[in-house]
Amino acid sequence: MAKKRTVRSIPQERTPVRELDPLQRSANFDEVNCGYTENEAVLESQRCLFCPDPKCIAGCPVSINIPGFIERIGEKDFRGAYDIITGTNLLPAVCGRVCPQENQCEGVCVVGESLTPVAIGRMERFVGDMAISNRWVNIPFIESVRFRVGIVGSGPAGMACAADMAKAGCDVTVYEAFHEAGGVLRYGIPEFRLPNSVVDAEIEKLEMLGVKFECNTLVGRLFTIPQMLTELGFDAVFIGTGAGYPTMLGIPGDSLNGVLSANELLTRCNLMRARDFPNVDTPLPLGKHVVVIGAGNTAMDALRVSKRLGAASVTCLYRRSKAEAPARAEEVHHAEQEGIDFHWLSAPVEILDDGNGSVCAIRCIKMELGEPDRSGRRRPMPIGGSEFELETDQVVFAIGTNANPIIGQTSDLKLNNRGYIETDGDLMTSMAGVFAGGDIVTGAATVIEAMGAGRKAARGMKAFLGIRDIGPIGTGTARFGIDTREHNYRRVRTM
Amino acid sequence: MNRFEIVAREDYSDVTFMLEVLHPMMARAANPGQFVIVMSHAEGERIPLTIADFDRAKGTITLVIQAVGKSTMEMQATCHVGGVLHGLAGPMGIPSHLSDARKAICVGGGLGVAPVFPQARAFKQNEAYVIGVLGFRNKDLIFWEDKFRSICDELIICTDDGSAGIKGFVTDGIDLALKHHQDIDEVIAIGPPMMMKASADATRAAGIKTMVSLNPIMVDGTGMCGGCRVKVGEEVRFACVDGPDFDGHAVDFDDLMVRLRRYREEERIATERWSETCRMRATAVEPIEMPDIG
Ligand SMILES: Cc1cc2nc3c(=O)[nH]c(=O)nc-3n(C[C@H](O)[C@H](O)[C@H](O)COP(=O)(O)OP(=O)(O)OC[C@H]3O[C@@H](n4cnc5c(N)ncnc54)[C@H](O)[C@@H]3O)c2cc1C
Ligand SMILES: Cc1cc2nc3c(=O)[nH]c(=O)nc-3n(C[C@H](O)[C@H](O)[C@H](O)COP(=O)(O)OP(=O)(O)OC[C@H]3O[C@@H](n4cnc5c(N)ncnc54)[C@H](O)[C@@H]3O)c2cc1C
Ligand code: SF4
Ligand code: SF4
Ligand code: FES
Repeated sequence: MAKKRTVRSIPQERTPVRELDPLQRSANFDEVNCGYTENEAVLESQRCLFCPDPKCIAGCPVSINIPGFIERIGEKDFRGAYDIITGTNLLPAVCGRVCPQENQCEGVCVVGESLTPVAIGRMERFVGDMAISNRWVNIPFIESVRFRVGIVGSGPAGMACAADMAKAGCDVTVYEAFHEAGGVLRYGIPEFRLPNSVVDAEIEKLEMLGVKFECNTLVGRLFTIPQMLTELGFDAVFIGTGAGYPTMLGIPGDSLNGVLSANELLTRCNLMRARDFPNVDTPLPLGKHVVVIGAGNTAMDALRVSKRLGAASVTCLYRRSKAEAPARAEEVHHAEQEGIDFHWLSAPVEILDDGNGSVCAIRCIKMELGEPDRSGRRRPMPIGGSEFELETDQVVFAIGTNANPIIGQTSDLKLNNRGYIETDGDLMTSMAGVFAGGDIVTGAATVIEAMGAGRKAARGMKAFLGIRDIGPIGTGTARFGIDTREHNYRRVRTM
Repeated sequence: MNRFEIVAREDYSDVTFMLEVLHPMMARAANPGQFVIVMSHAEGERIPLTIADFDRAKGTITLVIQAVGKSTMEMQATCHVGGVLHGLAGPMGIPSHLSDARKAICVGGGLGVAPVFPQARAFKQNEAYVIGVLGFRNKDLIFWEDKFRSICDELIICTDDGSAGIKGFVTDGIDLALKHHQDIDEVIAIGPPMMMKASADATRAAGIKTMVSLNPIMVDGTGMCGGCRVKVGEEVRFACVDGPDFDGHAVDFDDLMVRLRRYREEERIATERWSETCRMRATAVEPIEMPDIG
């Protein structure tokens, strides 16, 4: 760096990103955030101070060398930036789009103390997209080690573990219950946030590494985890089945027609492409007045999908206030722009029947925030006599998910009292050689955390199988126990 | 990608047909009471179908399908021997709990006739006395009579119009069986919700354990969407992972029937559209030859 940058010398304003017009976009599924152009990315890169002790790295769950890749962008060495990011993050085009950056890397960026923080996510996405359009892949020299690894679930956790094990020379097969791979990235997150083409590109990269995908395979039922180790001959197994089991509302009227989980709405719309009904066969419930309960990412997606499907009014009910909403800030902002009605501090009490088994209204109650609860958030308390009714013909609940029960039903794996899989520090389960990570271990979390868990499990798996790196191995350890300088090439067996 | 090849097809009537699909691994894993999710083509719907039979030696599973709407009518028109299904996942659901009943009645009506077969056979293999009660609208719709005869100690066929067997519904068949046998340990009833409800009512007074296999609308079949939720006693259960078999005396059938109506309008639109273009498309894709995508 020629001159040392200071908060005062850098561009004060964050480089804006082009977005589709709220009015137009809320009628289609085109991606809302158009991403930086080359010039915009380079301009934004000028805002990084290249801190000697970069806080942002500590804020990123996989400890990407953020100033490192930003510096490359500044030098227009985009390929170099890509190499740095993919040293730790397999899915930059995905994470740049869906990470809750305000709670992670950008939340702790030093620039953010006085200005808007450096737009790390947008730059990361720019690099990821550039890699996809130029078909860059970092395929290392892979020396076969003749181990076979089975991965259960093709979400970000499974994809990350698969990539690392394939790079380590293993023969990797990913089993997915659905007919298409990608996990939540495919069935949950809608195209206007994460286009399918991005997910396809990331899966294609894994295939180039030699990873095989077997869809239509419900593990536990078609074969069990123990059978994978015995009859199917896998040397190690990773379970990344996610936590998709929707939590029920548990209020009167929750089984009426017109009441459905956000997962069902999103799966029909995204995976089954029901928004093209009747050109595709899967129908989608279309509501005129849609009420969505919850304020996480899933709820935001359900709200915005309902809007795009043509609902006249779309209302969000959340029992806490906007400040507590777990969704990414950008999504809440986009939802507001698109005309979603937010009822903060409101909770559902009862869903009312129109007399024919369908929903006609929802009775709610106003809440106020009391003392902080165990999660540190202030506990919402109902305000007596504040009940009100909203007319609605479709209620979508997005109030959280639980562990999927199938693997537990069909194996002796040790689960905790909430049904999630128990693991040790290396993410190995109670069964030797079987690892687990992602939402099925932690409960619903984020894409990048699931990916980090997949990589961490891969590291444990390599140790278990006795595969080690040759060549220099770095010393610094990152939050997920993945060495940021770990080399992903030229591994040999030690046994 | 997998290939799910159709190796045999038989038509039992103008609405009911059988497909035998090659899937050796599934044939090995399948147990009575389980089902699959089928997608016949890439734009298709994921529809649940019971594994009506499986042949571990041949490596095939058997589906018996009633053409009732767009997807099933389309399968009737386009699924032929040598063709492939786009998606086939399973076996799903918890296998039927094979009780040690010494005497059991296995009731099948409409699209439930085929699915009750593996259960009846399992009872027989367990050396129980098996009474089959099968309901059809008329004589022409009867199928698998021989198959059932080979494993049932008694078989009561009921037709709505009396053109074969006794005239009446399966509940009349159940009453008949109960009259002759005071020592029935268990009843299994599979068919349309109305029929299962009536069957459960028929055994309630005598307190005979009655298992039913529920068929709510499903999407994933893996416990992810909650679309298949049913009320059993005080609880909400997901039929795809907690069932599909439940205690018939605890199931809220009215709730199930209301929920099955949810997509009636969309089903009508799809079926009408299909019927209009049916002949054209059916000839266009017949016989289906799919490219081998390895
Ligand atoms: C609608 C929605 C929006 C979200 N938005 C964001 C966001 O903006 N940012 C963010 O960081 N996070 C977001 N998340 C959370 C994030 O997507 C998850 O934390 C992450 O995907 C978890 O990854 P995973 O690999 O553990 O599981 P998943 O992505 O859930 O993948 C699990 C896969 O395993 C398959 N599977 C399950 N059981 C079996 C079995 N028995 N056999 C074979 N396959 C099986 C499933 O079909 C699925 O494909 C969102 C989640 C949802 C639902
Ligand atoms: C666990 C399970 C096992 C099943 N096993 C079989 C089987 O072995 N053979 C078979 O023919 N069918 C079976 N079904 C029913 C089958 O899935 C439906 O008939 C099919 O999805 C209808 O699709 P469609 O597009 O052809 O008709 P649609 O156009 O979707 O519907 C046409 C008519 O069928 C009714 N219908 C729709 N879905 C269902 C349903 N899930 N159950 C009952 N009626 C429905 C509708 O109310 C409507 O009247 C099973 C369902 C479940 C849940
Ligand atoms: S992966 Fe997520 S948290 Fe890490 S730098 Fe990228 S956007 Fe930030
Ligand atoms: S904390 Fe902010 S300014 Fe500092 S290195 Fe990271 S991105 Fe750059
Ligand atoms: S079919 Fe989706 S949860 Fe059962």
